[in-house]
Amino acid sequence: MRHEVGLHARPSVKLTKLAKGFQSRIDLGLSPDGPWIDAKSIVKVMATKAPKDSTIYFRAEGADAKAALEALVTLVDGDFQDGR
Amino acid sequence: MDDRMHRAAHRIQGRSAAPGIALGPLVRLAPVEHGVRQYRSAAEGRQALLDALAASQEDLSALAHQAGDDEAEAILAFQIALLEDDSLIAPALARIDVGDGANQAWSAAIDPEIASYDAAEDPYFRARASDFRDLRDRVLRHLAGETDQIVPPGVILAADDMPPSTFLATDWQDGGLVLRRGSPSSHVAILARSRGVPMIVGVDVDHLEDGADALLDADAGLLIVDPDANMRASFDQRRAEQSKARQAAASFSGPALTTTGELVRVMINVTGLAELEGLDPAHVDGIGLMRTEFLFQGREKLPTEEEQYQIYKRMLEWAAGRPVTIRTLDAGGDKPIAGLTQPGEMNPFLGVRGVRLSLRRLDVFREQLRALARAAVAGNLKVMIPMVTVPEELDRCRTLLEQALEELRREGLEAQLPPLGMMVEVPAAALTIEDFNADFFSIGSNDLIQYVAATSRDEPQLADLARPSRAVFNLVRHVVNYADSCGREASLCGDLAGDPAQVATLLDQGLRIFSVTPGAVGPVKAAIARYSGSAA
Repeated sequence: MRHEVGLHARPSVKLTKLAKGFQSRIDLGLSPDGPWIDAKSIVKVMATKAPKDSTIYFRAEGADAKAALEALVTLVDGDFQDGR
Repeated sequence: MDDRMHRAAHRIQGRSAAPGIALGPLVRLAPVEHGVRQYRSAAEGRQALLDALAASQEDLSALAHQAGDDEAEAILAFQIALLEDDSLIAPALARIDVGDGANQAWSAAIDPEIASYDAAEDPYFRARASDFRDLRDRVLRHLAGETDQIVPPGVILAADDMPPSTFLATDWQDGGLVLRRGSPSSHVAILARSRGVPMIVGVDVDHLEDGADALLDADAGLLIVDPDANMRASFDQRRAEQSKARQAAASFSGPALTTTGELVRVMINVTGLAELEGLDPAHVDGIGLMRTEFLFQGREKLPTEEEQYQIYKRMLEWAAGRPVTIRTLDAGGDKPIAGLTQPGEMNPFLGVRGVRLSLRRLDVFREQLRALARAAVAGNLKVMIPMVTVPEELDRCRTLLEQALEELRREGLEAQLPPLGMMVEVPAAALTIEDFNADFFSIGSNDLIQYVAATSRDEPQLADLARPSRAVFNLVRHVVNYADSCGREASLCGDLAGDPAQVATLLDQGLRIFSVTPGAVGPVKAAIARYSGSAA
């Protein structure tokens, strides 16, 4: 999933807020083999310092894992636009 | 004031970042050496940290509530999110459990983050170190029981550096600011100038004694600790003069006339819509410089054409028919913009900045020109190009502007061609000004001075060289004379124009349009009113 802006403060806040809304354990990585970090932690998400146009991978485990992945991919694919 | 007579007074030379004078007790904003509290048990330490985190969160929510603008809210939301993050808090609590004090544990948890952002290559991420620092210090303040840094008005604040958020949350009535870091071009300095807060930089604040009386002469870049009676008296006198000048200035809402009755136009420099609040457009002759960098800075996405158009249009509506000169993006130099300016330049001030960058990022430039051509319909808009060095650059800008207009009309959007002028800040352009096909000229003295003198504005040791010199005034005269000879306008929009002490010299050069920060309009108009004509 590509995005135009980079994991800056505002997108990271949105991403972690969204992730926290799910019960599943959700990880984020910049490559399909990890390393994986907790997508609910703003400190860790920002620390990836992912530049624009990087590819972000998610993996989730839990009851609502599928919904979580769908929601996160929608957010990032939509370049973190809010639903205003 | 004579040095030899007053040995007890201690003079510290810094560099002026915003003019004005202030007298009051020094208050050191310490880089957090807040009293280390002892806790009887780990449980008490844990509770202290949790309380401090909760209190910080409350502060930030309140600030976000007041902020009222999107960008500030986003920054505060980020800090709030950090406070809710277990990966920051859990390690701190774990350290308390093994015997660390609460503040030690909190610093140990957050300091590595600060270090990692300080070392980031991307300027956007590097700038986030200040957010973490801000947050660290806020929590430490709460731990030390200093509920918030409520600084009484009328003090001279001394600090290593100051985040703009702190500046905005401070009551600066009769106060002043002394920083070690920062420069006259930092955001805080820009805020200080536009709000009339005296400020100097480049001062070793570690050796300042908290609570000592001090006199801040930001006009001279000077801090005097323990001033004696004579110095105070002279301060009181200057203060009285300034307040008289300010009162005169406040009532100075009419046109600026020299004693011989010659009309001089005084316009304002602005960086955004917020600055226009509470300003009566009738008191100024228009906006001589609207910077657009602030639309692009500190955000994740470049502003869209529509967003820019709306802001430009509101500027024009505020001015109600008066001229509004909008400068196209002047990024680069000391104003990096993530994803736009070129990182790693050896010498950014001589690098790809201003129009040089715009002509290399046509995608961004075209959008701005389209927004401007659309806004031109809404009022008296003029478009100004920064850092022009050779005539071809301006010619290309003109072609691009005409293309944008054509495109817009084809799309059925209302637009018109605004006058296109240039900033004169590169000596090569000033010297050959007659070669440029510009509709108007605006002299950018800050950069002109540093390029003419080959002297960085940010080097405290060279402050003497960075002052306006005869070389600079000669160039001003050359540009103004040429503009007069061909019936075009020439203004000056750098800090030089806003310095009442330089007004007469500038008028001597023939300059008749000044563009200054809103706080300087009154003093400059007052200085113009004292002018009785060139000695020559």
